[in-house]
Amino acid sequence: MMRVYTQILRNEFKTLLRAKWVLGYGLIFLLLTDTLFRFSGGGTEVWVSVSNIMLLLIPIISLIYGILYIYQSRDYLELLLTQPVNRSTLFWGLYTGISAPLTVAFILGAALPLGWHGGVTEGSGSQLFLVLALGSILTFIFVGLGFVMGLWFYDDKIKGFGFSIVIWLFMAVIYDGLIMVIIFLFGDYPLETGIIAITMLNPMDLARILILMEFDISALMGYTGAVFNQFFGTYLGTLTSFGMLSLWLAIPALTGLRIFRRKDF
Amino acid sequence: MIRINNLKKAFGAQQVLKELNLNVPDGQATGIVGPNGAGKTTLIKTMLGLVKADSGDISINDIHLNGNYNYRRDIGYMPQQAHYPEQMIVSELLHFIEDLRGDEAVYKQELIKEFNLEPELHKQLRVLSGGNKQKVGATLAMMFDPAILFFDEPTAGLDPRSSFIFKERIQKEKEAGKTVLITSHIMSELEQLVDHVIFILEGEIKYYGRIDDLLKENRQERLEGAIAKLMEDPA
Repeated sequence: MMRVYTQILRNEFKTLLRAKWVLGYGLIFLLLTDTLFRFSGGGTEVWVSVSNIMLLLIPIISLIYGILYIYQSRDYLELLLTQPVNRSTLFWGLYTGISAPLTVAFILGAALPLGWHGGVTEGSGSQLFLVLALGSILTFIFVGLGFVMGLWFYDDKIKGFGFSIVIWLFMAVIYDGLIMVIIFLFGDYPLETGIIAITMLNPMDLARILILMEFDISALMGYTGAVFNQFFGTYLGTLTSFGMLSLWLAIPALTGLRIFRRKDF
Repeated sequence: MIRINNLKKAFGAQQVLKELNLNVPDGQATGIVGPNGAGKTTLIKTMLGLVKADSGDISINDIHLNGNYNYRRDIGYMPQQAHYPEQMIVSELLHFIEDLRGDEAVYKQELIKEFNLEPELHKQLRVLSGGNKQKVGATLAMMFDPAILFFDEPTAGLDPRSSFIFKERIQKEKEAGKTVLITSHIMSELEQLVDHVIFILEGEIKYYGRIDDLLKENRQERLEGAIAKLMEDPA
């Protein structure tokens, strides 16, 4: 079982590296961090800017790659499924085999410029760690979502891609708009707890807020920022946030696994 | 030994396999024929576990297919259309499947030689011609020396020479006591390769028996005529 898993994982790494574009993906982050270091001279600003771009870019790239992978690998999947291989093992092999190289590309790309820009400065270590960790988690979440969409709309690629883009748009843009509308409409009521709960349901928002808290720029958000700070700043808040992120990691992956195990190929 | 009891499978509203029953003894070479969409490929894919049955059960060499996957060690499968990961190199693909199974591919070199695949070994699969891909598929199916072989329209993309070599190979496998199942639309080919035939129509087995008997019953000289007669009058 373990042998099968590592074989599949190894093969995915090899295929992805050969496809070269994953190197390009890492290069984007490399150029980004490098440029930011040159222009801002390092420190907190670099990581705030990196995380701003990462929060938008990682989900869409991972989502599209996840779904594209399923569509491109139909025959490969069929070949593997005719071998004495467990479907669950195969699923985990493919899922981690796609997510891990993307994560590695992101981490290397974002962190390598530290090497020639003077390494981790005092106090920015935990910030760097948080940005890299959230980027990695988002990669796994959205590759998982891509797999779910690809398996769900196995024979209807247009629908699959369409829904994936809608999911990304919804989480990245529309969701915040809806929160604004709620705040606007029900501003007279005590909304804080509700807003915190709603925010936690969107992994992109959740990641964004964790970054805002870490970089101590929540003050920019006025009263809402203060409320968030009160909650997310606490031990319980951090714990709940990471609990929610773990749920976000688990649900797409397990849903994908469930569909994969029952699917007719 | 392949045993199938009351196998049912529907895709949406379309009932593809209707209470199908089938026993194939070890060492028998059997052709599966029937019009397009009759359920031939679905039957093979269900036996492989690629397609999940709605009800009924299948056992292969006394292993029930209920979530089990090890029985596939005994099966070699050559799909109708051979498509493989495009960027992979042929030798790499063969090697990968070997590593994945952890079995020794006893006939690998022999098959590569027979099918004249040596010049293709270091090419990427995407540049291979359809026929050469088919040959890679045949190699993958047979190189582990499995006891059961499924071929889904195997010679459709092969040139006459390759087709001839392929049939010779099947003869050899038959003589070695393998259970062979072949779907094909080329009746003359089946006459050469198999001695039993399954005729499927709309998800039901309308005939299963020796080709000789079928010919006698229908007073036909050739399988093509007998099958055509069955299709016209499938009672």
